[in-house]
Amino acid sequence: MAKAGLDGHDRGAKVVARALRDAGMEVIYTGVHQTPEQVVETALQEDADAIGLSLLSGAHNYIFPRVSELMKEKGLDDVLLFGGGIIPEADWPGLSKVGVERVFPPGASLEEITKYVREAVPRRRGVAARG
Amino acid sequence: MTIQKTKTAKQRWLDDVYGAATKKHPERKTRFSTLSDEVIEPIYTADDLEGFDVDRDLGFPGEFPYTRGVQPSMYRGRLWTMRQFAGFGSAADTNERFHYLLKHGVDGLSVAFDMPTLMGRDSDDPLSRGEVGREGVAVDTLRDMEILFDRIPVDRVTTSMTINGPASIVWAMYLAAAEKRGIPLDRLGGTIQNDALKEYIAQREWIVPVKPAMGLVVDTFRYGSREVPRWNTISISGYHIREAGATALQELAFTLIDGLEYVKWGVAAGLDVNDFVPHLSFFFDVHNDFFEEIAKFRAARRIWAREIERRYHPTNERALLMRTHAQTAGVSLTAQQPYNNVVRVTLQALAAVLGGTQSLHTNSLDETYALPTEEAVTLALRTQQVIAHESGVADTIDPLAGSYYLESLTQRMERGFERYLGEIEKMGGMVEAVERGYPQREITEASFHFQQQVEEGEKIVVGINKYATSEEAPIPTLAIDPEVEQKQIARLAETRQTRDSGRWNESIDALRHAAKRGDELMPRFVECARANASVGEQVRVLKEVFGEYHDPGYF
Repeated sequence: MAKAGLDGHDRGAKVVARALRDAGMEVIYTGVHQTPEQVVETALQEDADAIGLSLLSGAHNYIFPRVSELMKEKGLDDVLLFGGGIIPEADWPGLSKVGVERVFPPGASLEEITKYVREAVPRRRGVAARG
Repeated sequence: MTIQKTKTAKQRWLDDVYGAATKKHPERKTRFSTLSDEVIEPIYTADDLEGFDVDRDLGFPGEFPYTRGVQPSMYRGRLWTMRQFAGFGSAADTNERFHYLLKHGVDGLSVAFDMPTLMGRDSDDPLSRGEVGREGVAVDTLRDMEILFDRIPVDRVTTSMTINGPASIVWAMYLAAAEKRGIPLDRLGGTIQNDALKEYIAQREWIVPVKPAMGLVVDTFRYGSREVPRWNTISISGYHIREAGATALQELAFTLIDGLEYVKWGVAAGLDVNDFVPHLSFFFDVHNDFFEEIAKFRAARRIWAREIERRYHPTNERALLMRTHAQTAGVSLTAQQPYNNVVRVTLQALAAVLGGTQSLHTNSLDETYALPTEEAVTLALRTQQVIAHESGVADTIDPLAGSYYLESLTQRMERGFERYLGEIEKMGGMVEAVERGYPQREITEASFHFQQQVEEGEKIVVGINKYATSEEAPIPTLAIDPEVEQKQIARLAETRQTRDSGRWNESIDALRHAAKRGDELMPRFVECARANASVGEQVRVLKEVFGEYHDPGYF
């Protein structure tokens, strides 16, 4: 679970981190104010299956593509990238194109997010393996 | 009727009447609780106020312990200040919005800065990419501050600035801008948020570690009481603590304990309680649970007056007054069915007024999507004006006093505060508690608990877990000019090229020197502002001298 950029709104990220942990997953939370480089480096170091990026600052059209680009550079093709926060629906297709598989808007339930991560991680691995 | 008689009568009613009725027709829920999950009884009577003393605990408005209000005539004399928080894009864009708001009847300005400014970074800093002018207005140097307040009568309109880590630096720019216009500092009124503690607790816009940050705050107390007497040098904020997921009680307790910590540090630095404490102001959230919120404001005034009196016995009565700003709860707004937000904001604003706030910001219906449009802001302001002029609630003082339920909630808040105060004092005070992550963890627990209650349907959010609809028409939202970032970077580059580099060098050196020696810093920041030093350049000096703070990432 990651917070990138200068955005300090971490309530959602922490609640989701906690829910995933309670669901039996191992969760690393980066804390706020990470650079995209630090986020990807942490994912690499920790051998993460997925990166959940939370953004409420309006910088998503810069930060998500940057994280995705760095993931490709580092060969993290089998790692799932998803996001949440204040991200207008109009921006979702653009983010999807750069590899953000799913965006959870305000009001999304923890159950929905947990279920998604559970299903999407193996699917992503399968896609990467076939690809 | 004596308390004993009331108790007996209530028990009879509970057993015979209420008990029989609810057996036949069960209630909607097996357990009723406030938004903060405090149990609510079916009825409140005089026996719920055992130990409550009307003279001691309520008193009169403008008198100790100020439960009923800090001013003797409250809104009969003067309505609360309608102060709408605004800032986006460039300084010129925001200046235009300020003029619009003043034309429509706001009586105080409130500046929202962008993330880079809040974090003490210049617009051309690599970490600022994509964030310049997005969540607020970008201010790098005195030049931006001058544009921001162009044609605004700053000697008549008070200005509140939501800025914390670099508060002294940005405030110094405001003072230097006024100075250039020939306006004496003692004519300037307003507030800087400048609440370092809640940054580590909840808002996360810090620049240096906790202890040097406290030193910077105390420095503004000293300078403000001496040079800018009409200024509130801090707005001790529960808002962000609440928005981060705290309960009403945690918001109240952590905020007031933060306040007591600032007073302690001010006194330790040799400041006189009678001089600086009257310049401390507060800022609370006002959330959905109507009575719980009103109780929070009333309890906060009483606790503050009692704690300051008990600890310091000030001769200046103003040191006892818990004066506060309020803002409706951003976190309660929903992206789904956004027009419902207007109703939520109305109820929250009403609670703030019944709670006796000194100023109020009402959120706009579109704020889960973006910064608000002009139309949405106008509706939010009109909401306050309708409450003020049409509802009649402002025409008598503290109209809900004496309500068994409300007074009981107010008392419960006070007792809850005492428990938290005990815990935190055991740790050695709020600075130590924050360094241990205590309030941070308490808040994370509370926010997780609330989210679970929503998911289990114990707490209803209209349009989310009940009455949801699938198809929704989009609402208009404000778009930020994508050129803002490049234009702002260009202006900063131009300022750097054209400023007097000798004066700039001297001002930065003097700042570094003063920071290392522990000298007063505010006069240095004002000189840096005059020399067109940027926010980022000054913050770099502070980080170099005091170090940096990194998020421990508690969850």
